[in-house]
Formats: sequence, structure tokens, C-alpha cells
Amino acid sequence: MTTNLIEAHVSKRFGKKTVLKDVAISLNKGEIFGLLGPSGSGKTTLVKLLCGIDEPSEGEVTVLNQKMPDLALIKRIGYMAQADALYHELTAKENLAFFASINGVKRTKRKERIQHVMKLVDLEDDLNKRVEAFSGGMKRRLSLAIALLHEPEILVLDEPTVGIDPALRNKIWETFETLRESGVLIVVTTHVMDEAERCSRLGMVRDGQLIASGTPDELKQETGASTIEHAFLSYGG
Amino acid sequence: MRVLAVVIRILKQFLHDKRTIALMIVAPIIVLTMLSLVFNGEELEVEIGVIDAPTSVIDMIDQENVSVIKLDSDINPEDRIKEENYDAILSFEEGKMNILLEGSDPSLSNGIINTIKQSSNTDTKSTPLSIEYLYGSQDMTTFDHFGPVLVGFFIFFFVFLIAGVSFLRERTQGTLERLLASPIKRSELVMGYVIGFGLFTTIQSSIIALYSIYVIDLKMEGSFMYVLLITVMLALSALTLGILLSAFAKNELQMIQFIPLVIVPQFFFAGLFNLETISDYLSWLGPLTPLYYGADALRDVMIRGQGFSEIWVDLLVLGGFSFVFIVMNVFALKKHRRI
Ligand SMILES: Nc1ncnc2c1ncn2[C@@H]1O[C@H](COP(=O)(O)OP(=O)(O)OP(=O)(O)O)[C@@H](O)[C@H]1O
Ligand SMILES: [Mg+2]
Repeated sequence: MTTNLIEAHVSKRFGKKTVLKDVAISLNKGEIFGLLGPSGSGKTTLVKLLCGIDEPSEGEVTVLNQKMPDLALIKRIGYMAQADALYHELTAKENLAFFASINGVKRTKRKERIQHVMKLVDLEDDLNKRVEAFSGGMKRRLSLAIALLHEPEILVLDEPTVGIDPALRNKIWETFETLRESGVLIVVTTHVMDEAERCSRLGMVRDGQLIASGTPDELKQETGASTIEHAFLSYGG
Repeated sequence: MRVLAVVIRILKQFLHDKRTIALMIVAPIIVLTMLSLVFNGEELEVEIGVIDAPTSVIDMIDQENVSVIKLDSDINPEDRIKEENYDAILSFEEGKMNILLEGSDPSLSNGIINTIKQSSNTDTKSTPLSIEYLYGSQDMTTFDHFGPVLVGFFIFFFVFLIAGVSFLRERTQGTLERLLASPIKRSELVMGYVIGFGLFTTIQSSIIALYSIYVIDLKMEGSFMYVLLITVMLALSALTLGILLSAFAKNELQMIQFIPLVIVPQFFFAGLFNLETISDYLSWLGPLTPLYYGADALRDVMIRGQGFSEIWVDLLVLGGFSFVFIVMNVFALKKHRRI
């Protein structure tokens, strides 16, 4: 028995191609774990395994000591994919209402939750607009809002702030920090170095391997770099 | 509860997408109307040759569009039709009336028979009538005959395509992945689709069937409720098949590529052509296609005026198809999430 929320030791192959080699991580309540790595290194593949959308070729993922995938556990995870998964012909509100009922948000709380998350991503005035009329960044924000909707204990976010302006990005990260303080585990992939600095711990992925992990300071010390960006580069990112 | 959420979402998507609604309802109506005009158009001029006919009969048949030509009694009617352009030759022999029809155009043949019957009814009531066909047969009718097949076909076609494309989109736009990252069960998703599309196609089917029967004036002997029941069951098999095959398409264009492979052949086996005339190498395919049963049941009700006792087997088979497709769909989604 461990107190870790997520425990994973996995390998993943697509056909003959090995995409993840023996990656082992354990993640705890109340932390923001950032995954850094070059494009194609396997970050998306890893987070999909963590939230049970895909299954490892070898090894296993356990959430609260239970093996994934498991419908009861999936309920406790909020996942935001790298691509915006939205119904374009529906309005923002209809998208939110749909995912709220799919994720079991109580009818009485639904309206309040929708208002709350839309305020968070600064879209409260666009509730009745159709998604097809949204800009790229607006879609990204709506997608994030949907992941937050059912107040999951675990948030898995694949590049959540791509295409979002710095001011709003800052606001969103403040939300992440508030959530972390309330005990939520957030797993986030990113290419943005100032976001990496705000993570509690970082994992460096390269060619499907987790080549380093630790707090931002630890990683900087280990490589003797002054910034995360330099540390990232010295890991060959 | 989750099923209901999917149902509501699908109906909302329809409401926002007026064009698709129009495609599914208006397009079949336009095509059916066009076909009915093509096949039930203005009557052609007919030429009827008569041999030894009483003048009273000749006067009765001699109407607009019909020209009656008296022929010598020693000619051979068959040769006359073959060599000259008579549509029918009427001859009297020992008080018996014989009609020899050219017969290749069923609507024309029926028109002639009706005209002659009407005239002989009033006059020579007791005259025995014998009808022969040079080509074709009495069983051939045109639009009335394949109208039911067309109604079934268009409903099948559009439901298949729209359901398939909309499930495909679910996959390509990433919402399927997002759904599978939620606690929805695979079966709940499939049932949501079946019910959501089912509700919509019930409306679609009733409009198309009502239009065909009351506006185009398609022959309708049986009960409208049966027609609705059949078309809804047929639509159900179309939508479950569409969703299933969408798993094998990467984009909308590939979905359209299924039309010549899956849809068009069904049309041939649905009774548009007499199955007995189809080569044995192919005819066994007919009973494997949903449209075969849908068209058969529609014809039973619309042409033959039959009821539940005749169509329940067809309905059962259609239900069986849908059930198998639903199970296969739930199974196919395993590819995306095992549980
Ligand atoms: N379904 C799949 N089939 C085959 N190969 C795949 C599949 N999904 C991912 N890959 C391969 O796995 C590798 C890792 O992909 P992944 O999407 O995890 O990268 P990533 O680190 O998220 O990249 P990015 O930063 O660009 O998002 C890539 O080489 C990709 O081609
Ligand atoms: Mg990625």
C-alpha cells in the first residue's frame, strides 16, 4: 500500500515501434507534475495511459491502488486532450451541459459549475455562442473548462494553455495552484518554460524514456543550469 | 441518464444543422417526386388494332390518345405487333374478346386493359375476355411496384450516411476519446445514438411515407402504421450499420465510398429486379441485406394490403440485424477502451 495517488510503470508499443520504454512515475495528491520533452517524445502517450484511455503494452497504471482502466476511477479524473474535443455545431453551454451530465455533475449544481468554470477561462459572455464561431484560443479554454467541470481529484491536461495569451495563462495557472492547494493532483504537459517553473515537480521525457525527474530546483542543480530552459537543453531536449 | 444526455445532444445537433435535416427529409421527397413524374407521366398515344369488332366497342375505345385501326381478319396479330407499332390488337372470335398486348411497358398495358374493360363493361357485359402478352406480363407495374422499394431505399441510404458520418466525426474531432475518458459505458454511447437517431428517423420516415402516399399518390392498400413501423425498423438497421462501418473509415470521403459497396447492391437485391432473374452467383446475397426484408414488407403492406401476420418475419429479421449491429458496435468500441 502506498499513499501515492497514481503509480505507473509502463512500456508502450504501437506495432513494432516502442514509444515508451520502462517509464516509472508516482504522483501524489496536491502536486502539479509537469512533463517536458521534445515533440514526439511520448508525453501524450504517457498521459493517455495515466488516465486510462489507452493501456500499456507492459506494466500497469494504478490509481488509488486500483488497476486502470476502471470506470469508477475514470470518474475521478478530468482529462483535456491535446486536440480540442468539442461539438462544433453546438453552443459552448450545450457542450458543457452535455459533458456535465456524462460526468455525473448533479443537475442542481450544473448551472453553478458551468458559470464557475466559464468565468475561470474568461468565457462567461460566450456561453450561447456556437463553438464553430470560436477562435483557436477560445476553443482551448472551453476544452479546459470542460475538464474542470466535474471537480475531479486528478486533472490530466495535455498542453492546456497553447494559444492562450499570457495574462489569461497566468490566471489559469493561478487556478491550478489553488486547486493544488486543495489537494488536487494535476499532471500537465507543456513546452512553455515559465509554466515548467511553476510545477511542483517535473519529468523530462526523451525518446520514450523518463530521463530525469525532480523539483525545478533539483533539476537545475543537477545540470548546473540557471534556468529550466537550460536544464531542459542540457538533457538533450 | 448518460444515454439521455447523448440523445439530447444528438437532437440538439440536428436542430442546429438545418441543412442535414433538409437533406434527410427534402432530398428523398424530391427524388421520389421526380421518379413518380418520370414513370407516371402523360399517357402516350396508343394504337390499337381491332379485328372483327362491333362498332359499339370501337366507339367506346376510340378516345383521345387512342387511335383505333380496323384490320383484316386474316392477319396474324403477333406478326402485326412485331412488324408495325401496334400497342395492342383486339380481336373477337365466337363472341369471345381477345387482347394481345405488346406488353413491354406495364403502365401502357394497364392503361389499355382498363380502357377496354371499361368499354366492354357498359356494352358487352357478358363477353368473355382473354388477355395475352406478347412481351412482359400482367404482374409488371411500374412506380407502384418499385415505389415501396424506393421509399425504403432512400430512408436507408440517408440514415446510413448521416449516422455513419456523425459517429465518424465523433472519432476524428476527438470527442469520442473525451467520452471514453469519462465514465460512460460503451453500450450507453451506442444506445444513445440508436435512440437519438431513432427519434429523428421516426419523424423523417413518417414525413417521407406520408408524402409518398398522399402527395405522390403511391399505391397504398394497407395500414400507414405498418409502413411507419417497417421504415423505422429499416432505419434502425441502417443507422447501426452506418455507425459500425464508420469504424473502418478515416474520413467523410471514405464513408461515402461505402455507398457503391454497401448501399447500391442492396438496392438491386431489394426486389427492383426479379430475384429469379439475377444470376445464381449473386442472388444468395439478397437475403443477407436489410433492405431485402424492408422492401418486401413495404410491398406486402403498400401493394398487397397485408397486415402484421405477413410482415412480422421481415420485422423480426430487421430487428435481428439491428441487434447484431448494436452488439458489434459495442464490441468495436473496445478498440478504443477495453472497459
Ligand atoms: N496511435 C499511434 N500509432 C502509432 N504511433 C503513434 C501513435 N500515437 C503516437 N505515436 C507515436 O508515438 C510517438 C510519441 O507521440 P506522442 O504523441 O506521445 O508525442 P508528444 O510527446 O505528445 O509530442 P508533442 O509534444 O508533439 O505533442 C510519436 O513518434 C508518434 O509518432
Ligand atoms: Mg502530445
